[in-house]
Amino acid sequence: MNISRKWLKEFVDIQASDREYDEIMTVAGQKVETTTRLDAEIQNVKVGRVLSIVRHPNSDHMWICQIDVGQGAPVQIVTGAQNVREGDLVPAALHDSRLAGGVHITAGKLRGEDSNGMLCSIQELGLTHNDFPDACENGIWILNDEDCAVGQDINAVIGNDDSIVEFEVTNNRPDCYSLIGLARETAAAFNVPLKLHEPVVKGGGPGLLPELLDVETPDPDLCLRYTARMVRNVKIGPSPKWMRQRLRAAGIRPINNIVDITNYVMVEYGQPMHAFDYRYVKGGRIIVRRAGADAELTTLDGSVRKLTPDMLVIADETRPVGLAGVMGGENSEIVADTADVVFESANFDGTSIRKTALALGMRTEASAKFEKNIDPMLTLPAVNRACELVELLGAGEVLDGVIDIINYVPEPFSLPLEPQRINALLGTEIPEADMIDYLRREQIPVVDGRIQVPSWRPDLRRMADIAEEVARFYGYNEIPTTLMRGATTRGGYSPAQLLENKAGAAARALGFSEIITYSFVSPSGMDMIRAPKDDPRRKQIKLLNPLGEDTSVMRTTGVPSMLDILSRNYAYHNKEARLYELAKIYLPVEGEVLPREPKLLMLGSYGPGEDFYALKGAVEGILAQLNVLPLRFEAVKDDPTYHPGRCAALFVGGKRIGVLGQIHPLAAKNYGMDCEVYAAELNFTELQSVLAPEKTFKALPRFPAVSRDLAVVCAEAVTVGALEACITEAAGPLLREIRLFDVYRGVGILPGMKSAAFSLNFRAEERTLTDADIEPAMRSICQALESRLGAVRR
Amino acid sequence: MREQLEKIKASAFEALEQAKASADLEELRVRLLGKKGELTGVLKMMGKLSADERPVMGQLANSVRAAIEERLEARKAELAAAALEAKLAAEALDVTVPGTTRPLGHKHPMYIALDEAKEIFIGMGFQILEGPEVELAEYNFTKLNTEEGHPARDWSDTFYLKEDSSVLLRTQTSPMQIRAMEAIKNPPIRILAPGRVYRKDEVDATHSPMFHQIEGLVIDKGITMADLKGTLEALVKSLYGEDSVVRFRPHHFPFTEPSCEVDVQCFKCHGAGCPTCKGEGWIELLGAGMVHPKVLEGCGIDPKVYSGFAFGIGLERMAMRRFQISDLRLIFENDVRFLRQF
Repeated sequence: MNISRKWLKEFVDIQASDREYDEIMTVAGQKVETTTRLDAEIQNVKVGRVLSIVRHPNSDHMWICQIDVGQGAPVQIVTGAQNVREGDLVPAALHDSRLAGGVHITAGKLRGEDSNGMLCSIQELGLTHNDFPDACENGIWILNDEDCAVGQDINAVIGNDDSIVEFEVTNNRPDCYSLIGLARETAAAFNVPLKLHEPVVKGGGPGLLPELLDVETPDPDLCLRYTARMVRNVKIGPSPKWMRQRLRAAGIRPINNIVDITNYVMVEYGQPMHAFDYRYVKGGRIIVRRAGADAELTTLDGSVRKLTPDMLVIADETRPVGLAGVMGGENSEIVADTADVVFESANFDGTSIRKTALALGMRTEASAKFEKNIDPMLTLPAVNRACELVELLGAGEVLDGVIDIINYVPEPFSLPLEPQRINALLGTEIPEADMIDYLRREQIPVVDGRIQVPSWRPDLRRMADIAEEVARFYGYNEIPTTLMRGATTRGGYSPAQLLENKAGAAARALGFSEIITYSFVSPSGMDMIRAPKDDPRRKQIKLLNPLGEDTSVMRTTGVPSMLDILSRNYAYHNKEARLYELAKIYLPVEGEVLPREPKLLMLGSYGPGEDFYALKGAVEGILAQLNVLPLRFEAVKDDPTYHPGRCAALFVGGKRIGVLGQIHPLAAKNYGMDCEVYAAELNFTELQSVLAPEKTFKALPRFPAVSRDLAVVCAEAVTVGALEACITEAAGPLLREIRLFDVYRGVGILPGMKSAAFSLNFRAEERTLTDADIEPAMRSICQALESRLGAVRR
Repeated sequence: MREQLEKIKASAFEALEQAKASADLEELRVRLLGKKGELTGVLKMMGKLSADERPVMGQLANSVRAAIEERLEARKAELAAAALEAKLAAEALDVTVPGTTRPLGHKHPMYIALDEAKEIFIGMGFQILEGPEVELAEYNFTKLNTEEGHPARDWSDTFYLKEDSSVLLRTQTSPMQIRAMEAIKNPPIRILAPGRVYRKDEVDATHSPMFHQIEGLVIDKGITMADLKGTLEALVKSLYGEDSVVRFRPHHFPFTEPSCEVDVQCFKCHGAGCPTCKGEGWIELLGAGMVHPKVLEGCGIDPKVYSGFAFGIGLERMAMRRFQISDLRLIFENDVRFLRQF
């Protein structure tokens, strides 16, 4: 809501500077977004009198003027305009002046003659013909009738000696979408009187209102109140300068006296109004009803609007003439020869108006006000104010009487003032008398300990609401600051959160950086990772109103998100990336309203040094940190997202908790990557159920270990995992550790075979081992390897 | 014989002085003191001396031997020290060559900022809580005193998953207030609930359809607005320094009353107004308020007995301010050149 400081003065007399005003209003609860000086744009333009005007010696269309600008010698200015006469008052932009749009004027020569500035048109001063209807359209603005003096700053003539204050009005304060509402707040914040004016209408226009106009409201649920008056023998013309200036300051384009009056009242009272040309209200009947079968209406802006049956329209006997609370119809618009006018001042259901405006994509000043549910008590003073202005402007003859249909029961509301409870909630010791005074400043009377809540404050219903009013004027910043007392609580992380913290730390220690990706993804991601058509992860929760296809389903896997980010980094020519994310996936559950939201730990990488084993090592490292043991990896050959020979599923205690491997080159290609890309997806929520028992101390070995190296040659198909399992089983209890240290293929080894070398560690708890202890174990290992796996000692 | 001994000593000292390496010394030791060495040769002639001379010469010979041995040891130590020094000099490295450890990964700056906030509140006895992002409209709106027809519930502002508008992506972390009250039932309640939230905003430098909030809720007997101020002032001072100036100003949220927004005085201009604070002199940090009595009642908590406060912080904005990140899009772009900076 924008208000003019000058206009505000009509209601509250305050002298505060713009900055002081902003600060005081903001801390009292009406936040000022910005304040704009209207005269900031036009600078150093003065009212000048044309002393003499002669032809330019070197031009057949230019003139040399001597201008008196009230400061010593006349100023010579060359103009190309043809409408300037000797003795005229004109706007003279002097040397080093600024015009609309930041145009900078300096002294110079025009065809050899000095020109120390420029004479201005209204356009050059940022104005339109609507603002000054008498101004010349194609020439210099002649100010002879503008009530101004030589040397005066042009901003004062335009009415720019003003500041526009933009307030951020909150939803609960529809009353503050009006000048009077903000004046009331200003008076309360500054503790000064509020000067309100009761409209007085003389009336007496020809005819009887009930005979001329009939109003029906067959849909009372959407039309809470409909108030109307009539004006006859209207003389359409421009409104006076003071009204145009105020409208312009409020950001409204002046149009004609009748329309300007409706807008003026809307700014003052916050009550949207509409004026119909009575000629086009067929049968003299106004019917406020749902659109029903009516298909369309051409609104004032010339657009054809498609109506739906639930939209509220203003209709005459035969057709809609306006879209209630949003915009009038073109068919009943006020035009130059309008003679009789109906002023509508109504109150419509906010939600209905909002839905209509939204559906038609036409949020207007009026609809924006109605959707906040403004005070229905406003309709009558507003329509009277409009009629008063008609009389003041001599724009027509107001008929006696008012049509006022009220479809709601106004219920006066009061509640007790409870000073102890208010102080207990605020942590203050504000005396009751001060509280009563704060409310009085807001025009809220307290009678016999009961607060009489005015109709414009439906937000005041309970003690807490009153506490806020008291706090606002006591000052939020005057309330003491204390620390909570009472029972202490044990703060901290849940076990699951602690585990997440650990996992993140481990991932970072292993060189992975954290990313954050959107929870909603494109459904095409499933195709890009080559998921089969019947993949259950394709059952994704759909957003019914997504921003776009790219963010239209809730993800059921983290792989596409990770690949998106890897591919973006790849496209940025980043040489390498090692990334992780700990975030949710969203899995629909049959028969449940809300999905399951388990957390995933996603790892992803590409670049030099990245291979399957680097990724596997990272997974092992992280899980060891989390105390998830022991791990079992099983080759996966049929997951189309991954390389069929470089993919493993991860099992803990029989539960499959993840998959890792090289992304299938075709999937990587789908993401524009032609390098090896690695990813691991671990179900983090599941991990929490497979933690190993908490670690406890085990006595350090008292006797030394004996180490033996063992290299065996076997077929390629025999896995290291199988060799290790066989060795472990055959070795007996003395074998403490087994570590692969080399796999060799090449000279000395037959094709299709490989050599695997292990370091074996034997130890006994109670004595030092000798060769005699080790040899039988080694023999049994070698026999087992040879007989079961065909692996022969080298 | 005396002269001979003196001569041996003198020449030995000279030879020791000239020795360049420990091997030279060993050679000298054999030549001088060995079984066939010079000194031994002289001593062998002792038998030819008179009984008077023998002890005198014996003493002299021993002292010469001792002197040579002592000198020999000293030279040995000198040469060893010199050799070590030379070795170390030869091993000198260019210490400006970069280290060889594998670089550590980086925490995302948003979560760095979040962890800072969490630690502050854990210190004040807050429990960290998490909850669903796909949420019931009932929790996201209705129980938070945001009735049907409220503009925030519009399909143009909120992502819906059900035609009847009953299931949505939560637009705020505030439904965690309701979930916490329903789960904990008996105050005291002190929870902090950070998480993802969703609103139908197109992506630009300050907007994203997914972002993060931190919700805080305290319910107990006798909780006052002064406590709210004290708690949030403690947060601001922990985050932005003891000398930061905090301002509370009235605002409106459907689920708190009284409500406020909290500003911190601009760090750059100290209130004078500058581009960082858009000329206002203050930077908006968070929204807060005393929990609305209707919300308490809806969760079965008697507002005549208990009171509480709640607050919500926009995490992106906090992180962007903390690290002077200029564009929100960087947060979700995850460029490694960005991530590596934190």
